[in-house]
Amino acid sequence: MSPATARQTMPMSLPDSQRTEAQPAPRQKVLIRNVDFYYGAFKALKNITMPLHDRRVTAFIGPSGCGKSTLLRVLNRIYELYPGQRATGEVMVDNENILSPGLDLNLLRARIGMVFQKPTPFPMSIYDNIAFGVRLYESLPRHELDERVESALRRAALWEEVKDKLHQSGLSLSGGQQQRLCIARAVAVQPEILLLDEPASALDPISTQRIEELIAELRPDYCIAIVTHNMQQAARTSDYTAFMYLGELIEFDETERIFTHPKQKHTEDYITGRFG
Amino acid sequence: MTVYARRRMANGVVMTLSVVATAFGVLWLVLILWTLLENGIAAITPAIFSQMTPPPGSAGGLLNAIFGSVAMTFIGTLIGTPTGILAGTFLAEYSRGSRFGEVVRFINDILLSAPSIIVGLFVYELMVVPMGHFSAWAGAVALAIIVIPVVVRTTEDMLNLVPNSLREAASALGSPKWKVIVMVSYRAAIQGMVTGVMLAVARIAGETAPLLFTALNNQFWSTDLNAPMANLPVVIFQFAMSPYADWQTLAWGGALLITITVLILNISARAIASWSTFKQ
Repeated sequence: MSPATARQTMPMSLPDSQRTEAQPAPRQKVLIRNVDFYYGAFKALKNITMPLHDRRVTAFIGPSGCGKSTLLRVLNRIYELYPGQRATGEVMVDNENILSPGLDLNLLRARIGMVFQKPTPFPMSIYDNIAFGVRLYESLPRHELDERVESALRRAALWEEVKDKLHQSGLSLSGGQQQRLCIARAVAVQPEILLLDEPASALDPISTQRIEELIAELRPDYCIAIVTHNMQQAARTSDYTAFMYLGELIEFDETERIFTHPKQKHTEDYITGRFG
Repeated sequence: MTVYARRRMANGVVMTLSVVATAFGVLWLVLILWTLLENGIAAITPAIFSQMTPPPGSAGGLLNAIFGSVAMTFIGTLIGTPTGILAGTFLAEYSRGSRFGEVVRFINDILLSAPSIIVGLFVYELMVVPMGHFSAWAGAVALAIIVIPVVVRTTEDMLNLVPNSLREAASALGSPKWKVIVMVSYRAAIQGMVTGVMLAVARIAGETAPLLFTALNNQFWSTDLNAPMANLPVVIFQFAMSPYADWQTLAWGGALLITITVLILNISARAIASWSTFKQ
């Protein structure tokens, strides 16, 4: 799909003239279509349809239990680790339905990185934490692997802090550093899509700010989806926002519009703090 | 205020009872250790490590029994540890919520508390009778059967302590399940698993009943695993029951040796466990 046609099919995208900087219109990377999700008999997502754009950040907001994390977990099918959880519908990534049964989940997940709410460093050295994912699908010579680890740590703005202790345990880092290590780990395998599940909710304000800066730096190269409880964070970091409530997608639009002129009363109530 | 006073009194009574109960328990442990030390220390001579078990009335040591115990404990651990770790891994990583897993877990718990003499009789029927003679192999297998449920249980428990978020994180990088287990779950649980193995070793080091029907005993030096083999617990059993004073002294020495070994294993297991919590 060329950028021009993509724009026509995307009523949400603003005309270029309204943007402060000249940017190509975003390409649709992911299309979630009629997705339902079940935890056993409980239906947690109801007929979700929305796109995610390449080189843009899409935020999922909504009160606890609204299904935003669940939707994120559908996108790399991580829910399949647990029996009894299932999704129906279609999730097209580059025109390929990733919910189709025959798909190799490991290859899928190598293309779609994920960072979780709580930092999850592996019980191994900082270097091996990053190299773990790279070694799964590539056998690089030592110096190339070193370079990959360094560039991933640089991207995650962690290199300067850890370059002298790469062989110490990843568990020795602070919470904010651990989370950046996890982002570096996800970036190191060179995925196309990054899923961030409340990546800053367990961190202090300074670490949170660094993570947000990091998202801005990663934005030009990835399709990023972020789940957040923090409305300001959604407003600051994202291009598009999806507001969800009780398993339904209430409204999806450009972040600016969601926060200034929401179409739905429900959305307005939530973002102005009248309920939630 | 009367309610408060009553609670204080109840607290005092329960605390006193608890302290008395603890002292009662510890008292016996100290008495056992003291008696062992008092009677056994005289037998700990260079000869005990260099000479064979003697006939009554002549000088000797416990070398063949020490060797036999170490050999059979080693082989038993070698058989039991991988089996136990694999079964524990199955329970923790592959059979969550499945009926089969629950049945296996239940049976393992029964095996864990099965009297060891039954394990001895079982291996007697399984190996000694068909082979026609007692053997060190049979002894090692009996010990392995005691190791397995202990290692299964600790492996499963330790793997269950590994947070799911860690497994999710590894899977989210595209890691196949076996790699998640080997590279992440095992690494996170390794200290606890090692502790479990050491406790299992400590347990079988002093087991008498399963060896009585399997390895039996041997008065002479033997490294033949197809023949009966001397071992400390059975030698202690035989010598302690005998009327000969020199045999009784050797039995005390053997008992002290086993106790010290078990003590060292337990302390190392604790050290490993606390080292892991310190590291994290």
